[in-house]
Amino acid sequence: MVFGRGLRPLSIASAALLTSAFALVFFYAPNDADQGFVQKIFYLHVPLAIVALCGFVAGGVYGLRYLRSGDRAHDLRSYVSIHLSLVLAVGALLTGSIWAKASWGHWWVWQEPTLVSFLIVFLLYACYQPLRFSIEDPERQARYAAVFAVVAGAFVPLNFMAVRMAESLTHPRVLSTTGGAMPGSMRLTFLVALAGMACLFVTLCKYELASKHASMQLRRLKRRLAGDEGLVPLERSAAPQRL
Amino acid sequence: MPALPLDDAGKYVAAAYLVFLALVLIYVSIMATKLARISREIGELSDIVERRAEAAEQPRDREPV
Repeated sequence: MVFGRGLRPLSIASAALLTSAFALVFFYAPNDADQGFVQKIFYLHVPLAIVALCGFVAGGVYGLRYLRSGDRAHDLRSYVSIHLSLVLAVGALLTGSIWAKASWGHWWVWQEPTLVSFLIVFLLYACYQPLRFSIEDPERQARYAAVFAVVAGAFVPLNFMAVRMAESLTHPRVLSTTGGAMPGSMRLTFLVALAGMACLFVTLCKYELASKHASMQLRRLKRRLAGDEGLVPLERSAAPQRL
Repeated sequence: MPALPLDDAGKYVAAAYLVFLALVLIYVSIMATKLARISREIGELSDIVERRAEAAEQPRDREPV
């Protein structure tokens, strides 16, 4: 099984798309009439949040595939998707907070359903790694983590729809009201930034999958070589230990 | 709130993009550390394999022809 296939073109595409996106943000897209220059954070914050949420859902899909097939590669994919989505979610929370301070004068608004719901999703997934780490048996670890990923993955779109239906106080509805009224130049910039972020996510996922797979193979080789010197026990880890 | 003047807004925009850059750099440096460890362990394993191969060859060298 090769996880690192196509890494070079993906890395080049990610770098090219993100560089183009940032060039478009600062040299092509006009300043927002309402918020001015600070709205440039939108092209970073929204793609980060969208890709993080999609990554959580992807983790659930891989979890479901693991439960159906028992193939440990899907467990590894689910783990990596969720792990990387958590990193992007931290980025979305931090950039959102900076934008909130610049636009609304507050780092955080607890009355705003969009912010709080995203924080709930983030905190829910923050439990994923401790859950995995708390289970020693690899089979049980993979199975419980997959069930968690499926349930939490189903919660993400439900949560998204619930927030859409809720009355928003200050946070704009990006892909409906604000997004619908975006001029072409802003929409193009946003779409390139979204594509760049998605490409970066896939690239980093593949890097991590390749790295984890190499570690697993190395560990297996070590155990085989140490065969006559006593079995080297598997270290306890939140990450999948073998395929 | 009215739009911030460019001087004030610039700080926030720069901070947001620097946060993203820092996150990517931290992630990549962690990955680089892991890859360096894998590379070191591969070196150790190949040393072990070579030592074993040498040890296996030595008794054969001593055998009378």
